[in-house]
Amino acid sequence: MALQLGKTIVYENAPEIAFWAACAGKKESEGPFGNQFDKVFTDTTLGKASWEESESELLKSAAEIALAKGKLTWADIDCIFAGDLLSQCIASNFAFANLGVNVCGLYGACSTMALALINAANLLECGAAGRALAATGSHFCSSERQFRYPLEYGNQRAPTAQWTVTAAGAAILESGKQSGAQGKVKIRAARFGEIIDLDFTDANNMGAAMAPAAASTIAAIMKDLKGDLCDFDRIVTGDLGHVGSDILYEYLKKEHTLDIKSLHDDCGKLIFAREAQDVHGGGSGAGCCASMLCAHFLGALAAGDLKRILFVPTGALLSASTVKQGRSIPAVAHAVILESKQ
Amino acid sequence: MKRKDYNQLVQTAAPKSKMLLNFCKAFLVGGLICTLGQALFELYQRGGADEESAKIITSVTLIAISAVLTALSLYDKLAKFGGGGTLVPITGFANAVVAPALDNKPEGKILGTGVQMFSIAGPVIVYGVLATNIYGLIYYILKLCKVM
Repeated sequence: MALQLGKTIVYENAPEIAFWAACAGKKESEGPFGNQFDKVFTDTTLGKASWEESESELLKSAAEIALAKGKLTWADIDCIFAGDLLSQCIASNFAFANLGVNVCGLYGACSTMALALINAANLLECGAAGRALAATGSHFCSSERQFRYPLEYGNQRAPTAQWTVTAAGAAILESGKQSGAQGKVKIRAARFGEIIDLDFTDANNMGAAMAPAAASTIAAIMKDLKGDLCDFDRIVTGDLGHVGSDILYEYLKKEHTLDIKSLHDDCGKLIFAREAQDVHGGGSGAGCCASMLCAHFLGALAAGDLKRILFVPTGALLSASTVKQGRSIPAVAHAVILESKQ
Repeated sequence: MKRKDYNQLVQTAAPKSKMLLNFCKAFLVGGLICTLGQALFELYQRGGADEESAKIITSVTLIAISAVLTALSLYDKLAKFGGGGTLVPITGFANAVVAPALDNKPEGKILGTGVQMFSIAGPVIVYGVLATNIYGLIYYILKLCKVM
């Protein structure tokens, strides 16, 4: 069984990530990691009549490619943990309907991939499942219409605004005890984050809304674990973007006397070329860290290029209504420690 | 960290809008749209329209151009450059009506296009009408008092 160190879960049998896949849209494919996605959809609609359906299709494609890589079928999956940014997680609900697999829908905004990984790992660790799928995605167009303005409306984005990525990532987890386990990356430990609300209200600056939550979780897991387990090659946050990352460094220094700048990567910073792709604050969305994890980081861990990373997806937990009411933006960050089996 | 201190930290880290450049672009684009309007107005008058009719046809033409540009995904690109210069003229209003109408097509003609069409322009109409009524009332009272 898993151990509890402080509030961190340390897995005894270390659930393993065996197969993974990432799908992305055209703009993401033109970014610095464009050639690492398993499938790129140059038609943003993915041949569907609505953006919600397009997002569903994107998520399902990532999951199906991950299954195909392991020569698995849906019957081999005991449970799916999935989520997206849309109300009622509707993209995930359509994507994983009628497959004969149990589904647990999750919402953690852009941090959802961490929720999916941790919940799947917990289920495998307690022995109630042998194989689980963690998948999340987002679509620029469906998010714009839910949270902001119609696509064709002529407005200017704030310099701090982030660009919701059109991408999805899916990872298949297996119990470390399962015979013939094919995992290449271990989930060593995890910690759910606290919800942090500093009364910040600017919905055009999500990075700033989420940075304190990332700082809180990073500081907390490092305090819980200390020693060897905290010897990270990289600390990879979800999507603080350029502005949020800068704030994170300062915030961690001032509040927790931690300096992580030289170890830090941020999926929202990595996925796009900031100036050339005109993305202002960087990328965001539930598909941002999921696709970067599955397109890049898991591969690097499997190959042994990275030994241990602290993966910290961050989520701005705002609703379209509360923003109009002038309410603040609560934020959360969940942490997962991933280790290479090499 | 206190709210005030955090906001200070955010202010330092966040890049600022290039105000002066944006003002110039808005002035240029807004000015060009208005010049186009004036040109159309002159053209219609030369074509035989009286002043009142020429004004109306000019507005209709600008609205039509904006609607077509919106549908072709070009107006938002112009707005990205021109900012307030594309928002303030009548073309901005047309864009604000056409954009949600297009965006909500999948929800159908009633619940989608019909309901959402004025989701952005609605407040302009509501408060515009309210303001003209208040203006009219004041004008009427001043007339009664023989001030005007």
